Amino acid sequence: MSRLRQFFTAVAAVAALAAPAMVATKAEARLTLNLGNPVVEPMPFALPTFVDEGGAGDLAAKISQVVAADLAGTGLFEQIPSTAYIQQITSFGAPVSYPDWQAINAQALVTGAVQTSGGQVVVKFRLHDVFANGEMGEGLQFVGTTDSWRRMAHKVADAVYSRITGETGYFDSRVVYVSESGPKNQRQKRLAVMDYDGANTSFLTDSASIVLAPRFSPTGDRILFTSYSSGFPQIYLMDVGSLAIRGLGEQPGTMTFAPRFSPDGRTVVFSLERGGNTDIYSLDIGSGQLSQLTNSPAIETAPSFSPDGSQIVFESDRSGNQQIYIMPARGGEPTRISGGAGRYGTPVWSPRGDYIAFTKQNQGRFHIGVMLTDGTEEKLLTASYLDEGPTWSPNGRVIMFTRQDAGGEPALYSVDVSGRNLRKVATTGAASDPAWSPLLP
Amino acid sequence: MAYTAKALMLLAVLGLAACNNPDRYGAGGAGGAGGAGGAGGIGSQGLGGPSDPNSVAYFNQTIGDRVLFLVDQSTLSPEAQTILAQQAQWLQSHADYAIIVEGHADEQGTREYNLALGARRASAVQNYLISQGVAAHRMRTISYGKERPVEVCPSEACFSKNRRAVTVLSMGAGA
Repeated sequence: MSRLRQFFTAVAAVAALAAPAMVATKAEARLTLNLGNPVVEPMPFALPTFVDEGGAGDLAAKISQVVAADLAGTGLFEQIPSTAYIQQITSFGAPVSYPDWQAINAQALVTGAVQTSGGQVVVKFRLHDVFANGEMGEGLQFVGTTDSWRRMAHKVADAVYSRITGETGYFDSRVVYVSESGPKNQRQKRLAVMDYDGANTSFLTDSASIVLAPRFSPTGDRILFTSYSSGFPQIYLMDVGSLAIRGLGEQPGTMTFAPRFSPDGRTVVFSLERGGNTDIYSLDIGSGQLSQLTNSPAIETAPSFSPDGSQIVFESDRSGNQQIYIMPARGGEPTRISGGAGRYGTPVWSPRGDYIAFTKQNQGRFHIGVMLTDGTEEKLLTASYLDEGPTWSPNGRVIMFTRQDAGGEPALYSVDVSGRNLRKVATTGAASDPAWSPLLP
Repeated sequence: MAYTAKALMLLAVLGLAACNNPDRYGAGGAGGAGGAGGAGGIGSQGLGGPSDPNSVAYFNQTIGDRVLFLVDQSTLSPEAQTILAQQAQWLQSHADYAIIVEGHADEQGTREYNLALGARRASAVQNYLISQGVAAHRMRTISYGKERPVEVCPSEACFSKNRRAVTVLSMGAGA
């Protein structure tokens, strides 16, 4: 069984829980995009506006646009303008005239239909491998509430993306970040959350206190962050559903910051400063038990777990400046992995486990980069006056980060792990410290 | 020093002490409830002139409430030590002031590292003041990292002023 075929089976199984999967049409899976290639030509695709099968109104067009924007936004796909289409798709069930799509060089064709009734929306789609004259995988449908129509669109795009690339998608996901306003010497900061593409922003805190660097739990139901609400920087845990907030591991006379969850969501690893010295600690959320993981007079911060939970990557200036180290999750002798010129900070382990993303500072410039976990194959993906704080998309394919141009406002950007497709994320106002959620269920 | 001015300041400070929130940049926050310290200010207005040696203005401006640091350093320069020695002398003869030492960094650094660096700077100042005889229990430190620059421009002219530790006075809690 091919990798694509295996993956298709998994997607179908998941979707079937939400809605009865439609009857499959057998087709040979030929439409593939090898993301390992150093040069990837964007794959041309056609996506006629989904057919309104009742009550959908402008929702059919809006959903179609979001699906197309998701795919085109990866830089891996390129939408063929609808003015070029020869066949007009007016019925979801009608046969597709493949020669008409071959004539405009559409490699992939996505057809779909939208129906709404009683506050529910049903979105169906089929992916066609145009030059194989058939469908790739079976048609699927997603059902949800009308106000979650964008999520339905993202789920369609995730399914299309994963069938063609063989990787899981990342479109049905959210990003928590710090929304900024006011003069820089009196900055107002508040936690905000949005869809990965900048839509549906809502605020999680007011701007009464400085808040920094939020992080999602592995299931997306909780957020860790640092706040000055007590007067001193301290880490807090927020329940996303209720927005209830509680302090974690409060120790009088200390500052705590840079929190991050373990992969099982039970442990928080963070920095604790006492008497000017910063070390890494872990806290068992359930029992409140605190463990010290590093013990050096240097600054140890920005810890991040490996996906299997066995190791922690972090930064330390024990060598004289910021460098990246890996240690066992329970503490112990660290191994330095960064070795190039400049300073390396904010390491984050890829959800695939293969790469460490980091911020590099060298000769007055900042970069977002990746390296393998042994420090080899370092690759800088960006360069600017100030780039920092990478966060991985749930599939480990895209990195989002904060960019601030000289004298400018901070904004969120994303870049493919290959270094391609640098894009500004459309946020509501100035933004910093993004953290990507897992793929939503 | 004007008696009423001192009394007014005392009121403001009591407000702060009541919610135990040294964040003069914030409004007390979700947990802090704000209280009388809602505005968060311990300004030097109305606290006597900089020529009155018993005034906070004298401490802030004539002695100097801040010391500056080199890039990525927390070492106290000879100039900084001179200022801190004078601060210590003043603080010993004005024992009813509590002290918050704020550490700050410029924007050329990652956020979390800069928080730790600010803490190092604040701690260097605190330790120096202790070595000069200021009682440790009167002092606390806080780091703002790169969150609260005093100067806003993308060049060394501003960075050098932002790499600082500031000794902030409040009355009451230190005695």
